[in-house]
Amino acid sequence: MSILIDENSRVVVQGLTGREGQFHALRNKAYGTNVVAGTRPGKGGENVEGIPIFDTIKDAVSETKADVALTFVPPSFAKEAVLEAAFGGCKLIVCITEGIPAKDEAEMYDILKKETDSLLLGPNCPGLISPGKANVGIMPHEITLPGNIGVVSRSGTLTYQAVHELTKLNIGQSTCIGIGGDPVPGMSFIDVIEKFEKDDDTNGIVMIGEIGGTAEEEAAEYIKKNISKPVVSYIAGVTAPPGKKMGHAGAIVSGNKGTAKVKIQELTSAGATVVKTPTEIGEAMKEAISG
Amino acid sequence: MDLFEYQGKLLYKEFDIKHPNSKLVKNLIEIQESVELSYPIVVKAQVQVGGRGKAGGIKIANNHEELIKYSDEIMGMDIKGHIVEILLLEEASKILEEYYISFTLDRSEKKYLIMLSSKGGMDIEKVAEDNPDDLIKHHIGASEELTEDIIHEIIGKAKLNQEYTKSITDIIQNLFLMFVKGDCDLVEVNPLAITDAGVMALDSKVALDMNAKYKHSYFEDFEKEIPIPESEKNAKEKGLNFIKLDGSVGIIGNGAGLVMSTLDVVAENGGNAANFLDIGGGAKAETVSAALEVLEADKNVKSVLINIFGGITRCDLVAEGIVEATKGKDLVWPIVIRLDGTNSSEGLEILKNNPNEKIFIEESMDSAARLAVERGA
Repeated sequence: MSILIDENSRVVVQGLTGREGQFHALRNKAYGTNVVAGTRPGKGGENVEGIPIFDTIKDAVSETKADVALTFVPPSFAKEAVLEAAFGGCKLIVCITEGIPAKDEAEMYDILKKETDSLLLGPNCPGLISPGKANVGIMPHEITLPGNIGVVSRSGTLTYQAVHELTKLNIGQSTCIGIGGDPVPGMSFIDVIEKFEKDDDTNGIVMIGEIGGTAEEEAAEYIKKNISKPVVSYIAGVTAPPGKKMGHAGAIVSGNKGTAKVKIQELTSAGATVVKTPTEIGEAMKEAISG
Repeated sequence: MDLFEYQGKLLYKEFDIKHPNSKLVKNLIEIQESVELSYPIVVKAQVQVGGRGKAGGIKIANNHEELIKYSDEIMGMDIKGHIVEILLLEEASKILEEYYISFTLDRSEKKYLIMLSSKGGMDIEKVAEDNPDDLIKHHIGASEELTEDIIHEIIGKAKLNQEYTKSITDIIQNLFLMFVKGDCDLVEVNPLAITDAGVMALDSKVALDMNAKYKHSYFEDFEKEIPIPESEKNAKEKGLNFIKLDGSVGIIGNGAGLVMSTLDVVAENGGNAANFLDIGGGAKAETVSAALEVLEADKNVKSVLINIFGGITRCDLVAEGIVEATKGKDLVWPIVIRLDGTNSSEGLEILKNNPNEKIFIEESMDSAARLAVERGA
């Protein structure tokens, strides 16, 4: 098994006719992912290398039974696109788009949560891959290996680094997920690790965090209470200069949280193995699952 | 992007938020004769750093003579490394009560957060710590409205003067509108004051969400007025995300997480990064040569580490950029390169075909960092 996507997922690509959308959708398809449709208002009836284009998500879903949306539309249209996908019946929406205004993200999140049961991954994320089954997004599948470790990360390139370290030691992955580093991500660390915990084919979890925000601290608390599988974690930004705080308001909200030191402390006390450099992730996981 | 106080107040004007009558001064000649404001006038240094009052950057002038004297003193003043180049002159009003209000996004709740306190005009972080009950926090979902009922409720909880409920409600509604429609990351008013001239926002601390730049033409105008260090300006024009640091190992990488991690690994190996430079996703050859140019301007750099993990970024294009920027050149510093991910074998092939005695290729992030530290020592 894997989480969120597998060989049965049916993907509709929003913005399939754009340069990025087309490049990655075709790569995903070549990997074996069921890319069943694309949307682009005004281009319904056309196709991109055999993938049919529809004007709306609704049409695409009723014709092709798509259940996962992959979004590449520009930032100014992203909120509408994500909401259209959710109301059109997609249960999972993977939004790659970078640069969406925070207000649009917050509003989109609020509406999705109140009015739909769709899950949103991203925005500003690399997507997810269940190795050997499906790749929905922009991750380089060459570095992955089918197996039993779940990987979740806020950073795109660090996700690749972590996966690479695992694969090098012949440790395969069930699903690798980039949740994105934007202010209002759809799925959080907790949402993902909860699914990894329940997944019978995931034996261990790699969680990659970075400075800023309190998502890692919240995940640490969750891990302490609810996760029985071994967790290996890495936090980037130990030596980064302290970021600017959002006025006094920002300081009050984040308190003493947000620094690499606090994140590492809390994850360690939650029972996770926190490594010092990303190159140690593979060895640490090897040890964690053998013990 | 953090705004100057006067820029925040220009937004107040746009959103009908009452604030003192004022004049912006960039050259003292403008006020030599007279100013069209009534005394007393507050002279305020416009700098993007806290504690300007204590540093002598705010003075109250009771007549024109004092105004000239104080303006002259404050203009050009060095406040914690920030040179004062702009003054904001404001009509001083008689303050009856001082409150605090702010609007931000609470990332862990994924909702907007309004904070309100009757203990304004002082260090609000201290209030939050010592008397948390004096700071009212109210979350609101981003698709919800901030109704009058909610505002009345928080005004009541914060124990603000009920006599002014109507005007406070109006100003809160407009501030919230500015926060949302104006795409602000932060709107903080301390103090929000009851004065003899009504309820007014006396200060402004505003940060804009630059992802929303395309929605508002004035974002760019504000941006032009905010000074940035020369080195960062250069990088910004080239579309690079660059922050100068104190060390000697120049860093180029793709993706903020990987670059941050590279900084850490350099430190683990006993070195110090000279900068943070993220060439972003999908970088082309030009981007990479531009990045190398930016580092050339920094005299502290002793060695350079290029750490790329290709996803959307193609390693062959990165390699082409490196070759383009270095071919036939006598490099000032050694460059250590690590390429992995999309098209890495093609990229490494390109580098091998264009050898340069100061370019070194390493297979892992760790060994590359170690070598870069060694070579720069």
